[in-house]
Amino acid sequence: MIFKDKFADRRSQHDELNPVRDSELNEALTDFRLSVHAWSENAFSRSRMVAAAAPPRRVWRLAAGWALGCVLIVGGASAGVWQHQQREMRIAVARVAEQQRLVALQKNQQAQQQEDEDLLAKVDRDVSREVPVAMEPLAQLMGEDETP
Amino acid sequence: MAMAEDNAAEEFSAVVARHRPQIFRFLLSSTRDVDLAETLTQDCFLKAHRNWSSFRGESSAMTWLMRIAINLQKDHWRNRRMQFWRRTQSNAVALDEASEWLPSGERSVEQQLLAKERVGQVSKAVDGLSKRQRTVFLLRYVEEAELSEIARATGLSEGTVKAHLSRAVAKVRAKLGGQR
Repeated sequence: MIFKDKFADRRSQHDELNPVRDSELNEALTDFRLSVHAWSENAFSRSRMVAAAAPPRRVWRLAAGWALGCVLIVGGASAGVWQHQQREMRIAVARVAEQQRLVALQKNQQAQQQEDEDLLAKVDRDVSREVPVAMEPLAQLMGEDETP
Repeated sequence: MAMAEDNAAEEFSAVVARHRPQIFRFLLSSTRDVDLAETLTQDCFLKAHRNWSSFRGESSAMTWLMRIAINLQKDHWRNRRMQFWRRTQSNAVALDEASEWLPSGERSVEQQLLAKERVGQVSKAVDGLSKRQRTVFLLRYVEEAELSEIARATGLSEGTVKAHLSRAVAKVRAKLGGQR
């Protein structure tokens, strides 16, 4: 009985000094451990993901490189196309001009030829009609000879 | 020769893969700063890699790595830059950040709130511990290390570890008691 009283007394003293029961403390420590583990797992996987991604500067450089490359390719290609188009246009214009020149030349030649023919015809006519008076008998003779 | 080096490299890679999360967790719970914990973890494995050939296997690789991590952490705390970090706590999370990650389990909302509150109190109590007490406490109650392992990792005797642990637990208990 005395032992029991002593034990109860010690127990109450212990409880006064340690208001938190061991089970409660253990539970709190377990919860603390679980939460730290969960927090750490999350932070660890997040930092892994960040590390796995390319650094921003590298991404920026890569993007700039690609953009510059694309600009150069597109610029080069469009410059080539533009030059080709210009050349084609110049050739077409030259062809048209040449054609026009030829047509004009042909027309000119035809006109010249026509003019020459007209002139010759006129000369023929004039020559045949306007025979000097002194030559009239000779002309008549020639005209008689020509008749069958 | 080259083959032996290859084997050592493979062995070290396996050690990194196995223990990295645990080292990171210890450093995170100790510093409460994700960036700093990540940096110190990298430093730890860098140092371990440099000294891998001198690891004789007298203790487990985990204990050896933990010892390196603890020393690195001590160095950082001594460092002036570290003092700045301590003052500003710019990247440090709130003291009870860890409590936000408490798995809900099969608890009622009330029980969950109570548990979160308790975890927050433990966090605050841990923050108030001396560095040595905190290290011992975290190794024991977060990493669930044996006293002998803690003694080897910290370079203290088992008796000293017990004493630090006892004082740390008393402070946590007092904090939890004060909460009521």
